Amino acid sequence: MVALLVRVIVRVWLGPRKGAIARTIKPRKAEAKVEMQRHVCSPVSLQDSGVLRKCWRGVLCGRPFLRLLFLMVSALGSLCASQEKPYFVTYTHEMEEPGNLEIALSSVSGKPQSADRFWGSAMEFEYGATGWWTTELYLDGVSIPSDSTIFTGYRWENRFYLLPRQHWINPVIYVEFEDINGADKSLREVVGHDGDGDFAGRNAETRTEKKRELEFKLILGSNFKGWNISENIIAEKNLGGGPWEFGYAIAASRPLKLLASATKCTFCPEKFAAGVEMYGGLGDRYTLGLHNTSHYFGPAINWKSPGGMTLSFSPQFGLNDFSVPRLYRFGVSYEINQVFGHLGFLRSREGQ
Amino acid sequence: MINRWLVLTWVLLSLLVLLGAATGEWLTKVPVHEHQRANPFRDQPEAVQAGQLLYAEHCSTCHGQDAEGKKNRPSLRSSRVQKDATEGDLHWLLVNGNPRRGMPSWSRLPDPQLWQLISYLKSLPPNN
Repeated sequence: MVALLVRVIVRVWLGPRKGAIARTIKPRKAEAKVEMQRHVCSPVSLQDSGVLRKCWRGVLCGRPFLRLLFLMVSALGSLCASQEKPYFVTYTHEMEEPGNLEIALSSVSGKPQSADRFWGSAMEFEYGATGWWTTELYLDGVSIPSDSTIFTGYRWENRFYLLPRQHWINPVIYVEFEDINGADKSLREVVGHDGDGDFAGRNAETRTEKKRELEFKLILGSNFKGWNISENIIAEKNLGGGPWEFGYAIAASRPLKLLASATKCTFCPEKFAAGVEMYGGLGDRYTLGLHNTSHYFGPAINWKSPGGMTLSFSPQFGLNDFSVPRLYRFGVSYEINQVFGHLGFLRSREGQ
Repeated sequence: MINRWLVLTWVLLSLLVLLGAATGEWLTKVPVHEHQRANPFRDQPEAVQAGQLLYAEHCSTCHGQDAEGKKNRPSLRSSRVQKDATEGDLHWLLVNGNPRRGMPSWSRLPDPQLWQLISYLKSLPPNN
């Protein structure tokens, strides 16, 4: 995959200019391809490879755009399987490893009772700032095949692990600011009286509704005999007005096998994790409770590929008439180890 | 002038952090019952092999492919890891991490995999 990406990048870059740079790169392409295939998800990153050093000295000096692309490609060289849980809404107490960047795409599709099918998506960039602080940026969008595809806003969230050690129950504080519009259907959480009726209306109309919201979560998580059990309590406030709204999410999962294999494998049971997830609204400050709230429940499964990608899937079912009858969630994520280490490498090479 | 003081302060603070990280003070925090825990996979070659794969997947980016350490990330072949720390100590460190020093908790890995990882770490030849 990395070799293919390199080829695409070189093609894109060399398209309009087939002069000296092309001649410099081409003899090295085959060599680079073999070397990079050897390094996919290898613990040795590309920064240690002689090929990259040659490329760097001979080709990339003084070309910021290509340097940036190469940074991305070299980062891909150290992709490694993250320990993702198969949840889509529920957060665990586990933090991103310091210095790692996880890039994920999470999609949800549903057919509300009184509206057309929608596809909500969120692109996620999660960075482990320290061992106790993880920060994350989401870019949301929605697509309704019979209507339009639009960008619906962004979210910036921060999670703080409060205790110095692990305990039976581990609390994490979650703070999020979101600036989205009414067309957003990424369904990252359900709060208040969110329900089936919120999905009606055309994008052009619903996008005019601005939602600048603060969201707080108390995340509680436990790991016990291979099981992960997580509970989230959610409180959300629209800064433009409206009462505090509340919600919940709970989930449990376990790898299909706890022991790791002694040989490399692709579809062995420990690469899969399965579990269940449930979430819903709890009303607002004035109407706290389950009346006119939506709730979803469903199984969830994920698979870690040897290439470092995690694929997740969960069919979820609305538990009452106020909910969308069925939701299908898909996710794909990559974790890039020590992302700024690669940047440091580029800087140090520059100095030579 | 102010910049010079800032740089000096930053250097001193960095040195203090590095010195703190290098002292292995975490060893003093391990409870007795954790210190005495035995590795259920001790002396099992398969556990060492599995641990080697786990190490390559999760640890080598920071601690180096050969576990010799990288930059300010400590070597896992040091006498502290190989001699001073028991397998129970290492298990405690993996479960709890040392977030203030940049070591994350690995409680996300199932317990058997942590012990496999420890089997591999303890199989490494120590530094001279």
